[in-house]
Amino acid sequence: MESGAVLRGVARPQRPNRPRARFANLSSLRWAAIALILIGWFVYYPIVDNFIVSTTDQDIYTGEVTNVGLANYDRLLHDPVVLLALWNNCLYAIISVIFQVFGAFLLAAIIEDLRSERWRRLWRAIYFVPSAISITVTGLLFYFIYQPQIGLLDAALSRVGLSQFVMPWLGNEHTAIYAIIAMSQWQGFGYSTLLFAIAIQKIPRDLYDAATIDGAGPLRRLWSITFPLTREMTGLMIIVTITGAFQVFNEVMVMTAGGPNNSSQVLGTWLYQKAFIEDNFGYGAAIAAVIFVLTMLTGAAQLWYTKQRRVQL
Amino acid sequence: MSATVAAGRSRHVNVWSAIATTLLYSFLVCLAVIVIYPLIWMALSGFKDNAQIFGDPFALPVHWSWNNYVQAWNQGVRGYVTVSVLVTVASAICTVLISAWTAFGLTRTKMPAKPLVIAIVLGGLMLSPTVAIIPLVKMLQALGLYNTYWALIILYTAFRVPFTTFLIRAYMLDLPEDIDEAATMDGASEGQIFWRITLPLCRPIIISCVILHVLFAWNEYLFAMIFTSGSDVQTLPVGLTSIMATHGTNYAVVFAAMTISALPIVVVFFAAQRYFIRGLAEGIGK
Repeated sequence: MESGAVLRGVARPQRPNRPRARFANLSSLRWAAIALILIGWFVYYPIVDNFIVSTTDQDIYTGEVTNVGLANYDRLLHDPVVLLALWNNCLYAIISVIFQVFGAFLLAAIIEDLRSERWRRLWRAIYFVPSAISITVTGLLFYFIYQPQIGLLDAALSRVGLSQFVMPWLGNEHTAIYAIIAMSQWQGFGYSTLLFAIAIQKIPRDLYDAATIDGAGPLRRLWSITFPLTREMTGLMIIVTITGAFQVFNEVMVMTAGGPNNSSQVLGTWLYQKAFIEDNFGYGAAIAAVIFVLTMLTGAAQLWYTKQRRVQL
Repeated sequence: MSATVAAGRSRHVNVWSAIATTLLYSFLVCLAVIVIYPLIWMALSGFKDNAQIFGDPFALPVHWSWNNYVQAWNQGVRGYVTVSVLVTVASAICTVLISAWTAFGLTRTKMPAKPLVIAIVLGGLMLSPTVAIIPLVKMLQALGLYNTYWALIILYTAFRVPFTTFLIRAYMLDLPEDIDEAATMDGASEGQIFWRITLPLCRPIIISCVILHVLFAWNEYLFAMIFTSGSDVQTLPVGLTSIMATHGTNYAVVFAAMTISALPIVVVFFAAQRYFIRGLAEGIGK
């Protein structure tokens, strides 16, 4: 890699007001050049190209590409699975906000209220472990856990006398998406708990001390100090979680691939199904465009919120 | 402090607070069991044979043998681990160097149109891989990179540079500039300042960024699944699903393979927890 280390005489004084100053300014763009080329080429350009692909139809046998205008989008509006997938994405968002934002906030507040730093660190670390593990591993693990013959869940249910609930969780149209979302909460809540814990640590301790002396109990301190002072973080986490929910792909792909009978499809897996299983790039790109618009909306919300609150994630 | 306050309160309050504390602790313990037990079950199932797996799922293995682990390792996992290590290390080095390089330009040079450059680089944070995937397939096929390590190394770098640049830039903004100024006085070029002064000073955040990147690259699934098909270029997450497809009936081997692939990253996390948390805190704090 270019080091830019053009050795000058060590003791030579700086020439003031160089005539090449303007060029020197322009040439300092070299610092950003690699990043700009890389991001432009592999991140921005494909997203522009996606819109072009979405207006075409490619014949899988001849490879011939024809322009079909907005036909793919028209088809999308009449595709019942798209609507179902969108609903599943929304379910994902709602449940994740409940557990991974509000649940994680409460958990972080409880942990940070403990006296011993060693215990606090231990709890945070334990709950975080699933987030460090690949989603393929956790997805496969829960595929086994939900399995009726060898799985933990059904075995545990029958052991505690709830055998009427024993079922193939991922094989049932009504439970598959919830089973996947549950796995996702199991994996993700430790991560947001850690983020909230970091935010809570930034609150000055003397606020709590003063409140305690004034006779405020733990609930009161939670409501009047911790919650308002981490509100910015909470707002951001809500937006980030919703954005993530519209991009979800891996866990659904690993656990059910959208089945049974498309009941657990999300936009990401439906895109994959259409573009790579049924070789319909044009239609897949139209679905990708929908995901793009949705994530742009949440992204704009995030920018707006960050500007307002002057915090970033 | 709360002890002295509590001592002043009535006995009645003490009983309630004891009950509340007990409940809280039982809640924390239950949650920890729910989080950890499935992982322990996974590792233990790797020691069982198939008959036992279909028996009582809560039972401990009867014969503790490494057989399934050895079998999983020899039937593919070794190759997947090699590819994963290669892709993770290469993309971590590229990402962190390019990001540090860009962050330096954005914080320490007279680069023109800085706000625009910042907007372009950080704007990449908002764009998701899913949306780009179809054009990327066409592009990488045209470039002849389809089904190679390079596809993954390039894409992991391109999609992680925005986030990593963001973290390193925030750190560099807080570094004092007088050392740079002194070095400039002594005639050091920008390049020398970057390699000799700024980069070493950024060591803590660089380590955090490497760890965050390793976590990402080791676990990434979408790109790895779409851009690699041969078993000699597949990373662990994709390789696992291949093992599942080929050894689908021999669950014990699959459990062993899953455990092998989860273990390194858990070890990395615990070993580097401090840096990892610092990275996250930097990301939120500014």
